[in-house]
Amino acid sequence: MKTSFLTVVVAIVAKDLRAELRSRELISAMVLFALLSILIFSFALELNRIAREEAVTGVLWVTVSFASILGLSRSLAMERDQGNLDAMLMAPVARQAVFFGKLVGNFIFALVVGLLLLPLMTVLYNKILVVPWLLLILILGTLGYTTVGTLLATMTVQTRSRETLLPILILPVALPVLLPAVRASTGILSGVPRAEWIDWPQILIVINVIYIVLSYLLFEYVIED
Amino acid sequence: MLTPPPNPLPIHREGESSEHALIETRDLVKAYGLLPVLRKINVQIQRGEFVALLGPNGSGKSTLLRQLAGLSKPTAGQILVGGWSLPDEADAVRAQIGLVSHKPLLYENLTARENLRFFAKLYGLAGDEREQRIDSLLKQVGLYKRGFDLVRTYSRGMLQRLSIARALLHEPDVLLFDEPYTGLDQDAATVLDDLLITAHESGRTIVMATHQLERARRLASRVVILSRGGVVYDDVMEHIARAQLAAIYSDATSMAAAR
Ligand SMILES: Nc1ncnc2c1ncn2[C@@H]1O[C@H](COP(=O)(O)OP(=O)(O)O)[C@@H](O)[C@H]1O
Ligand SMILES: [Mg+2]
Repeated sequence: MKTSFLTVVVAIVAKDLRAELRSRELISAMVLFALLSILIFSFALELNRIAREEAVTGVLWVTVSFASILGLSRSLAMERDQGNLDAMLMAPVARQAVFFGKLVGNFIFALVVGLLLLPLMTVLYNKILVVPWLLLILILGTLGYTTVGTLLATMTVQTRSRETLLPILILPVALPVLLPAVRASTGILSGVPRAEWIDWPQILIVINVIYIVLSYLLFEYVIED
Repeated sequence: MLTPPPNPLPIHREGESSEHALIETRDLVKAYGLLPVLRKINVQIQRGEFVALLGPNGSGKSTLLRQLAGLSKPTAGQILVGGWSLPDEADAVRAQIGLVSHKPLLYENLTARENLRFFAKLYGLAGDEREQRIDSLLKQVGLYKRGFDLVRTYSRGMLQRLSIARALLHEPDVLLFDEPYTGLDQDAATVLDDLLITAHESGRTIVMATHQLERARRLASRVVILSRGGVVYDDVMEHIARAQLAAIYSDATSMAAAR
């Protein structure tokens, strides 16, 4: 008899949030990186105000995706290094429930960083980013990205060169998520009619569904040797 | 909670009756890529036995324990635990097994209670039953007073004891230990001895990989020696005279190495 899927997902998310609230290991590293990133880009683009306004969505997504890598690798290393993943898998739980548990936690951490960036970048880049549509794209983009990321981090955390392998793998694999996310964000901020960019959020939703289903199917093979 | 399957497979191997074996492997092979790590392992462990699994580093002890725990799929052969087979009935097998490794399998940023509560939830325990189980386990391993402390403040010995409490959460029949004495000082090792003896006396079946021959001789009821992924010695402790184990061990492992 298996423990219910939802019970397992909720238990893992609650455990990750509790540990994080106590140590702030992940969030502090991610936020610090994100702040440095937007500051450095802001200095680099200082001279050209128009370039800065146009680069803003690129900066946002580059920052969110790199900051997320930090969180993803820590979050899975915490399960691997002390053998906790084995301890979880010894329980009568669906493998996929473990995946979704880790995914939800990673998604929340990435989203927190993204949500923090919107007001900060509004000030730094002189462009209003706190708009409902962009919020939606941020949610969809980080969800797709952390889905791919949770799967890849689980794979790479077992290897010796995991620090280098994850970023090398995740960026090309997550490109189908990042591309529509950037395009949609640019469209939203440029003020052109909605009809010109509304395809991108739809593509993003389809890609998310595909990636979530694929990860659901693949996770079992990733964790069992 | 678990009843045996309706039609347990009949088990007969070369005249040796194994109908009552709690754990049985049949021609178990595990290979990583082309490298065979376990080569046709056949062992039968009866309920209540305490098996010391000996062998040099890299001989396949951890791999065998992971196989028995259902954490890794066999390349060929079969594993049966209490009549249930791996990997098809993995949940039923896992329900009977607790694993203690030299890694703590715990979260350092959670307290002992939070750790146990988390794993208890994964086993479907809830409410008062869960809290009572946690209280009683913490008392059993002598950590009741430290239950609200973060695991990162624990000593190696305390970690190992909490790890045992975690492995006992679902009251398994079988306990697997992978080099549990690693990194323990004398006092902590003695406490672990007592916990092992108590677990064995309470009727649990134990398989423990270790390098400590003297401890194995003192605690275990049977010795299985692995070398290069094969069983090179298997006998009950009564057949082994005092101080003979070291000689048996070095003979068995050096013979296999010369092959
Ligand atoms: N995941 C793995 N991939 C490849 N080889 C492995 C893996 N796990 C163990 N091995 C190899 O299997 C052999 C036996 O390892 P192990 O079971 O850990 O031995 P022991 O616990 O007796 O020291 C070693 O040679 C080890 O390198
Ligand atoms: Mg080992």
